[in-house]
Amino acid sequence: MAAPVAVHLEFGGGAELLFDGVKEHHVTLPSQSEPWDMKQLLVWIQRNLLKERPELFVQGDTVRPGILVLINDADWELMGELDYQLLDQDNIVFISTLHGG
Amino acid sequence: MCQVEEEYHEQLERVDTPSASKKCVKCKEELAAVVIRAGDAYCRKCFRESFIHKFRAMLGKTRVIFPGEKVLLAVSGGPSSCSMLSQVQEGVSQNAHKKLRFFPGIVYIDEGGALGQCKEMRQKTTSELCDMFRSTGFPFYILPLEQVLDLPGSVLTPSPPSDQPGSVYKAAVDLFLQSGDSSSDGKAEEQECVSLPAVQESHTRLLQQLIGSAQTLTAKQDLLNTFRQHLLVHTARTRGYSKLMQGDSCTRLAVKLLTSISLGRGAQLAQDTGFSDCRYGDVTVVRPMREYSAKEIAYYNHMFKVPSVVIPNLDTKMPDKASIQRLTQNFVTKLQADFHSTVSTIYRTGEKLQTAGRDSSAAEDAKRCVLCVCGLDTAAEEASALQATLISEQLSQSSVKPEPPASVGQCCSSERPCGGAEGTGDCCRSSRDHEATDLRSLLCYSCRRTVRDMSSVDCLPQYVLSVAQRRQNRSAMKEQISEFLLDDADENN
Repeated sequence: MAAPVAVHLEFGGGAELLFDGVKEHHVTLPSQSEPWDMKQLLVWIQRNLLKERPELFVQGDTVRPGILVLINDADWELMGELDYQLLDQDNIVFISTLHGG
Repeated sequence: MCQVEEEYHEQLERVDTPSASKKCVKCKEELAAVVIRAGDAYCRKCFRESFIHKFRAMLGKTRVIFPGEKVLLAVSGGPSSCSMLSQVQEGVSQNAHKKLRFFPGIVYIDEGGALGQCKEMRQKTTSELCDMFRSTGFPFYILPLEQVLDLPGSVLTPSPPSDQPGSVYKAAVDLFLQSGDSSSDGKAEEQECVSLPAVQESHTRLLQQLIGSAQTLTAKQDLLNTFRQHLLVHTARTRGYSKLMQGDSCTRLAVKLLTSISLGRGAQLAQDTGFSDCRYGDVTVVRPMREYSAKEIAYYNHMFKVPSVVIPNLDTKMPDKASIQRLTQNFVTKLQADFHSTVSTIYRTGEKLQTAGRDSSAAEDAKRCVLCVCGLDTAAEEASALQATLISEQLSQSSVKPEPPASVGQCCSSERPCGGAEGTGDCCRSSRDHEATDLRSLLCYSCRRTVRDMSSVDCLPQYVLSVAQRRQNRSAMKEQISEFLLDDADENN
């Protein structure tokens, strides 16, 4: 059994409007047998944190196109996107690039 | 080598997925932190350098901004414009390598009235931005969009550019350097610290009526953009700024390009999406952020702590198909996710567009659209697509729309008094129709579509209506005396 994973989530660029305007969330993911990966994290966020309009954040398995995801300040494309396995104290940032200019 | 009984023992090539251990493509030393375009991974330092360099290179290669000029930065609070602000701030600071040599000012237009935001919300956003602007040290102006109702008609007429030109860029730079670097005087200008000027309720209501009179979200957004642009240009003119910088990113311009085509603005594409837009004559609109994709800007803002404020606008949280603009944005963004060169391809295609050269001369304003101030593109020649549209429109109009009760005022506004007696319902209604149709003849194709969407043309601000009226009168008068006018051809006899 893996230990519970504590991650720090941040939402920016307008994405926070879907989360009641709250930009920072410290969450602890419950322990489970396999390590947490990004795909499961998205499902968890959708179920527990997302307050409205899920289709504006998540699309199918992944985030909606236009939302930039940074894992520990690095582009998630370099970390394996959805397959990245979360470690304790990771910092995940979701920035919407669709809003404003 | 190729042989008959050859066997391939090596593995087939695999797609090279970038991994965490990938090195920066530029310095090849540091670990890569962000992927720009398709597969170009940069480390933080190289990314920052290339970001800053791109801005300077853009200004340098286009040579549109002369040293010592006053440039107004239109900041909406969003990521691109705040990024632009921080680039300018950095570029103008004393210790910058190859300092930027113009004097910036900042303007922010508060659109909360049009969106129905409450006063406290507007005040809060404004004060946040106020603090941000104050820390830059540049003069700044915060204007509510309601002020657009009080604009003079001159904003719709392109003025001839002030004596700038003729001087070649290089000569201007040399002259500036010779006269001594007086840039330190720039900061001595008093910072206009204004809190949001008190907005009258009635104005806000009028503005809401104006935006509300458009039936579709597409038309609403179009109107909002037009009036915002008018207010920006007016501010630049009255405060003595000859350039207006807007922070449209590459992604946004690609979306705008496709949207413009969908809206019927094909003829004005070059001005809407090009680097510099000279339709207003003395104020040139430049777009220095046009080579940055939205992702680059978002990443830079996050990593280097560029403050920005999220301000909801008309299409926040709207469904995908709510407006043409929104739909196009979704289309381009989704396509970009799978095909990383989408945005840059659209952008490069747009770069090749040029105006036909008509607008560079101070064209008679009779040939300009009353709303967007671009050249009219509605000469419906024989067998053109536009003529076909007009004919089918006429044929499909089965009944006249019931008019709201006509106001007795403007009935005999044209030179010729109308045939019927004043004050009767028929006369007023027919001349109202006459006016509505005549306004359309002063608009370009896409503005016509937008105005057609409005339930009542009278909601347009006074300056638009009065300029339209004046132009109509002028052209009617010209028609009356046309046989007495000397043509150019006659003079050459």
